[in-house]
Amino acid sequence: MTEKTMELEKQEVTATAEDTERTRECRCFIPRADIYELEDQIVIVADVPGVDEKAIDITLEKNILTINALIEPVIPQGYALRFAEYEVGDYQRSFRLSNEIDRENIQASVKDGVLRLYLPKAQEALARKISVKAG
Amino acid sequence: MYRRYRIPTLWHEMDHLQNEMNRLFETYYPNRLRAAPAYPALNVWANDDGLNVTAEVPGVQPQDIDINVVGDTLTLSGMRQPDELVNESSRCHRRERGYGDFTRSLQLPYPVDVEKVEATFHNGVLMIAMPRAEEDKPRKIVVKSA
Repeated sequence: MTEKTMELEKQEVTATAEDTERTRECRCFIPRADIYELEDQIVIVADVPGVDEKAIDITLEKNILTINALIEPVIPQGYALRFAEYEVGDYQRSFRLSNEIDRENIQASVKDGVLRLYLPKAQEALARKISVKAG
Repeated sequence: MYRRYRIPTLWHEMDHLQNEMNRLFETYYPNRLRAAPAYPALNVWANDDGLNVTAEVPGVQPQDIDINVVGDTLTLSGMRQPDELVNESSRCHRRERGYGDFTRSLQLPYPVDVEKVEATFHNGVLMIAMPRAEEDKPRKIVVKSA
């Protein structure tokens, strides 16, 4: 089933009163993310175009996993921006993890502007098949 | 967007000022109604010698992108594949990213040299560099004293 609708506006991170301020001048967007659950892991796939693996910061604090991606804007030298439909900015998103995730083995990879986070499920959370014995 | 008729030079400065003010206020009050009508969103950088069009297409393979330049029209089409994790055994908890075919045409302000068009794809950002067609470049005409 292909979904033809693609939302175009990037959602921006809105700062609330209790938040700390950012020191970078560019805007901060919330990257779109898909969450898939496989048998033994949960995968988060997020769109972060323009970012390579050196500029992504993934931290896990208490139960909150935060993705922070900083971009280096590529501005063609000697050109003037005539027409802009999108803005370039940093990406930030947080997720709350449950106890079912094995914290030690979380892996992340970036390819072509897509970040994949592999969150393996902890042993206790794996579905166990229970065999039925006769008698 | 790109005007085909001539506007008096008096208005150039006003237009420029208007655009600058619009851009300034966009930062604080983004106008959602002016959202791009199609995917992908394009940014166009220009100077007198050429154009540079950038698009954010994360997750699209370079071989799935078709770029066609005819005269002064750029057509960008392609396909964003559904994620390889989508199969019968996986469950989807959240889907925010779209996928499917996309096509977008853009009218350029001047014709470009099709032979010299170059496209690069880096970290999910596509950049198409199009130098201006030689015949279209303004020529300096020397005034000779008779």
